[in-house]
Amino acid sequence: MFKENWFLIAIIFLLALVPLSDSRFYIFLGTDILIMGLFAVSLNLLLGYTGLVCFGQAAYFGIGAYTYTLLMKKASFSFPFAFLAAPVFGAVAALIIGIFCIQRTKIYFAMLTLAFSQIVWAIVFKWNSLTGGDNGIIGIPFPQHLDSPTRFYYFTLVVVVFSFYIMRKAVNSPFGRMLTTIRENPERTEFIGINVKLFQLLAFMISGFFSAIAGALFAIFNHSVFPDLLFWPHSAEVLIMTLLGGMYSFFGPLVGAAVMLYLRMLVTSYTQYWPLIMGTILALLLFFFPGGIVGFLKTQRLFSREK
Amino acid sequence: MRSKPVVLKVRAFMPDPSFLLIQSLSGLTYAMFLFLIASGLSLIFGVLGILNFAHGSLYMLGAYLTYQFVSQFIDAPGQFWWAVVFGSLSVALIGGVIERLFLRRLYIREELNQLLFTYALVLLISDFAKIIWGTGQLSVSRPAILKGAVPILGQYFPEYNIFVIALGPGIALLFWLILHHSRWGRIIRAAALDREMLGSLGVNVNWLFTVVFTIGAWLAGLGGALVSPIAAIVPGMDVEIIINAFIVVVIGGLGSFWGTLLGALILGQVISFGILVFPRLSMVFIYILMAVVLILRPWGLLGKPLQR
Repeated sequence: MFKENWFLIAIIFLLALVPLSDSRFYIFLGTDILIMGLFAVSLNLLLGYTGLVCFGQAAYFGIGAYTYTLLMKKASFSFPFAFLAAPVFGAVAALIIGIFCIQRTKIYFAMLTLAFSQIVWAIVFKWNSLTGGDNGIIGIPFPQHLDSPTRFYYFTLVVVVFSFYIMRKAVNSPFGRMLTTIRENPERTEFIGINVKLFQLLAFMISGFFSAIAGALFAIFNHSVFPDLLFWPHSAEVLIMTLLGGMYSFFGPLVGAAVMLYLRMLVTSYTQYWPLIMGTILALLLFFFPGGIVGFLKTQRLFSREK
Repeated sequence: MRSKPVVLKVRAFMPDPSFLLIQSLSGLTYAMFLFLIASGLSLIFGVLGILNFAHGSLYMLGAYLTYQFVSQFIDAPGQFWWAVVFGSLSVALIGGVIERLFLRRLYIREELNQLLFTYALVLLISDFAKIIWGTGQLSVSRPAILKGAVPILGQYFPEYNIFVIALGPGIALLFWLILHHSRWGRIIRAAALDREMLGSLGVNVNWLFTVVFTIGAWLAGLGGALVSPIAAIVPGMDVEIIINAFIVVVIGGLGSFWGTLLGALILGQVISFGILVFPRLSMVFIYILMAVVLILRPWGLLGKPLQR
């Protein structure tokens, strides 16, 4: 644990040095990776830690993005207030939706999260007067002090690192252990007197909270929001990132996001057929590396230790 | 559902009986396509336990391949019908190969892996289709015998749509007969209940799974082949139909045969009329319907609760 913490501090330090490269490319890519990494890690609270396959996580990302955007643009709220309201809205939405979803298990849970995220998407898509419908909202007001890629990168880094810190505290606490217990065997956990549904609901809310932070960051980063942020393929994409990195480790999803976004940058500069590459990666992953990148590295290390 | 369903014509709402009839017939046409696709989806889920995200992609392939065959068989008699036969059978073959080579290896894994593999197929098939057929809109002309329109209460309704409406129940009946009154049907229903027991009784469950997946793929391909003359064949039709097919099987009940038909009929009418009465709310309403069914009756309107 102690050693790992030093390792993490070193990584954060390295990440803080990225803007020194003075390359807009790496600063943008870094910001993108941090945001999507936060989104994927927050999804993994459900997927990897609680064992709930959520197929509608894009809803909370989108709610965060739209809450921030609408409060800034239509209600002219001050930046800190709009930025803090986003995760609160995300968590409240997750609470309301979660109450229904956790009543179901496995495939039905996944379908219900999908249904709800599609409801949110359809509302955003159709409510032209508020959300601009298919055209989305562009030109989101921007706080002055974040008005450069480097500054926004540092802002994102601070927010994301702080979010990771809290989530990691949570999963390593008795609360987090309980989530893992539920993942392993919900029936038995129920038998020893644990309110499984309550824990699942809390996990759902926390996950929605941090997904919404990622969404709000994305809205600032992208200067615009579109209904596609809430459409189901976006949920699938973040699920793939999580799986690619490895769902059984805390930072796995971040690694997955980094690898996938870097590859996308690389591939899209040569060809428009990115989905083809992503589909191939996903298929290879499912057949040959079910533990994801981090899972694979861990088993390699285990083998060498045994020898 | 990103764009308007192709079989519908949106007009200003007016409570004219002939217009209402035409509108409900449009809904019925769309319901038949939904039924074809959703019944394959439901069959595969019932027997293999896999929710096949790629089912919409197989449907899209059916439409593209029919276009391909139509342009191959130019000037041949019955050109369209041969294209439908070859197009849908090619999709069935592709489905069988996918099951045999890939899906098979994932049965021992968690459900999530199977689900995500079918999603990988969605990505791969959509890009392959773009590479082969481009991103433009393709179309197939209606077969010569069904080119006309029939007057119904003073309005005209295309003959081809009537053919589809008649074909749907025919296929439903055929499937019901096969499932409930034949040896193969008995084996398929047994596999849905207890595959280990069936295997120990001497049935080759491996091959059965391939056969079931092939039939399911054929149904999707047939849906795509038949929709090709009345829909624009474009990338994105896969993603559009799959969500509606999910809604149909959820409403009717995953793995329930008559439930799928009922779900398709309900969704067809809801889309057809919803778009007239509440153009803004209809799409939201469909997803709410899906959520309500999952909350109150997760096994669907006509399905049976799981014993497990």
